[in-house]
Amino acid sequence: MSSKAKHKPKIGVFKFASCDGCQLSLLDAEDELLGVVGAVDIAYFPEATRTMLKGPYDIGFVEGSVTTHQDAQRIQEVRRQCRTLITIGACATAGGIQALRNWKDVDEFVRVVYATPQFISTLKLSTPIAEHVPVDFELRGCPINKYHLIELITATLAGRKPNIPTYSVCIDCKRKANVCIAVARGIACLGPVTQAGCGALCPSYDRGCYGCYGPMETPNTGSLTKQFRILGQGDDQIVRAFRGFNAWSWQFRKASEECEHK
Amino acid sequence: MTGRGAKTIRVDTLARVEGEGSLYIKLVGERVADVKLKIYEPPRLFEAFLRGRHFSEAADITARICGICPVAYQMSAVHAIERALGVRIDPAVRLLRRLFYCGEWIESHALHVYMLHAPDFLGYPDVIAMAADHRAVVERALRLKKVGNRIVQLLGGREIHPISAAVGGFYRTPTRQQFNELLVDLEWALEASLETVRWTAALEFPKFEQDYEFVALRHPDEYPFNEGRLVSNRGLDIDAAEYEDHFVELHVKHSNALHSVVRGRGSYLVGPLARFNLNFDKLPDVARKVALEVGLRPPVKNLFRSIVVRAVELVFACAEALRIIGEYEPPAAPRAETPNRTGAGQAITEAPRGILYHRYALDEKGLIVTARIVPPTSQNLRQIEEDLREYAAQLVAWPLDEATWKCEQAVRSYDPCISCATHSLKVVLEREEADKD
Repeated sequence: MSSKAKHKPKIGVFKFASCDGCQLSLLDAEDELLGVVGAVDIAYFPEATRTMLKGPYDIGFVEGSVTTHQDAQRIQEVRRQCRTLITIGACATAGGIQALRNWKDVDEFVRVVYATPQFISTLKLSTPIAEHVPVDFELRGCPINKYHLIELITATLAGRKPNIPTYSVCIDCKRKANVCIAVARGIACLGPVTQAGCGALCPSYDRGCYGCYGPMETPNTGSLTKQFRILGQGDDQIVRAFRGFNAWSWQFRKASEECEHK
Repeated sequence: MTGRGAKTIRVDTLARVEGEGSLYIKLVGERVADVKLKIYEPPRLFEAFLRGRHFSEAADITARICGICPVAYQMSAVHAIERALGVRIDPAVRLLRRLFYCGEWIESHALHVYMLHAPDFLGYPDVIAMAADHRAVVERALRLKKVGNRIVQLLGGREIHPISAAVGGFYRTPTRQQFNELLVDLEWALEASLETVRWTAALEFPKFEQDYEFVALRHPDEYPFNEGRLVSNRGLDIDAAEYEDHFVELHVKHSNALHSVVRGRGSYLVGPLARFNLNFDKLPDVARKVALEVGLRPPVKNLFRSIVVRAVELVFACAEALRIIGEYEPPAAPRAETPNRTGAGQAITEAPRGILYHRYALDEKGLIVTARIVPPTSQNLRQIEEDLREYAAQLVAWPLDEATWKCEQAVRSYDPCISCATHSLKVVLEREEADKD
């Protein structure tokens, strides 16, 4: 794997607090996997290989959010070792579902889960990587779209800008000729404020978008909140809608807090 | 202790497992002095933030505990909540949920057998290096894995964190035509799985048998996924509702994951070996036959052979998927009505790595008051440490790097999922000579 003679770019994959799903996306690209790994030198990717080469790395992919003191230090070292640093998934780009602790008393949370809480060391906040170090590109999604990941790797190797949409899920629904479930059936849907990338999956399966790709480029969350109220959603429901897998993204955070403190 | 010739098997980052842990084994002379499977993956506190969420969100939220087996979390969540609400599901939905699980087992087992575990047997650091010499085998693995993913995708919209599973059924169910498109691939996958059994059975296995307490679901008519009594080879036979009376979780200092034990007895083993040993008679003929053909019959007590058992479960999952698709009639409605009400419910389902327990209590608005989740890996953790204690003793005379690799292989036999266990691994072998006197 480490054919250094060919000067293939060295890749590292680093995990923080997460479910492993985003790095699994690479192994899930069954048709492309052997091609991709042929073009790079996988130098550090513990989920896939026992070989663990030291940095520096040309490209580092980071999955997961920062939730412990050790991880807050480790991300600094990872940044120093990676020429280009790319964060993948909602945990790394927005703090993930574990950021729900950010509105609660984390010590109480630990007591709920662990019988001996003094053994557990954790920070009060779950934070995205970009709150700690500069990040070169953030790939959204819970989970990420594996084709985005391959596009991102290809673009980075070619030195061009990746072609990844920043518009809303609504655009994809129109493209798929979905009848709007919010308009036609009164289902609360985060599609208008959520970045495309999933292929408008939830509306295609007769349910409202729950925002797993995080906020689109310029989301009008205030307007959507009004619309949710018209559809009969209570404030508690609206808070929960924005407090999902991208709850700590500033746009969704602002939307949920405005509703909570109204 | 003199410390002279001190040896430690130490793996700071366990590779080819899901999530982050380390292994530390200390050898003093001929004796294994200490074994610690350390889970340093940070805790994520799911049970705490589930409180106050609506029951309809539990399947989506708990799926995020594990990107490898999200279907398992969704299945345990919806079944537990349906029990709390007293909801009955359509028989067609029941079948679709079995099919959903078939997809996840195929995807997860193909990943583990070929990409995470087989490289150990053949002496490669990873599947990519293995592909250089065994291209056709790796291509078979990828195609097999893809068939599993396609099933999950069709039912759930996407392979990781699918979006269609709901309390009461699915948000939307596929048409017969959509399923028929899978048939050709599945027929190929069944053959490929049979090949996988023969291929794995020809590997070389360390001689290491233990007297385990195997724990798995058992159903009167079928190999278990979502229903059945929880049984063991030591007389356990309980309903999911009694789980917490019989199993207790201990919090150990070196780990962010809890250790689960059978009350009054101790460690136990869940997963493919347990399922196979307790449900061999429920496997379809094609799976049973190939198992016997390669000399695999219950009880299998060598954990290294779990790779062959996973392959047999691949055969089962493909055959079962074909059976379900063959008789599929779409349900009258994709899901049952699920009005809010107070209640409590538990469910156990068979994740690829073993039993996954969920319990929820709901208030009158359908909000979660308490949640409890016990994933398969935390149930196996204590057994893994006990196995390593026994197994490392056989390796005292080995060169340290080889002994370390063997211990890693033993851990990987369990297909541990550390992300699950820390909702909350690392290997270290230390060797010291015993005092001379």
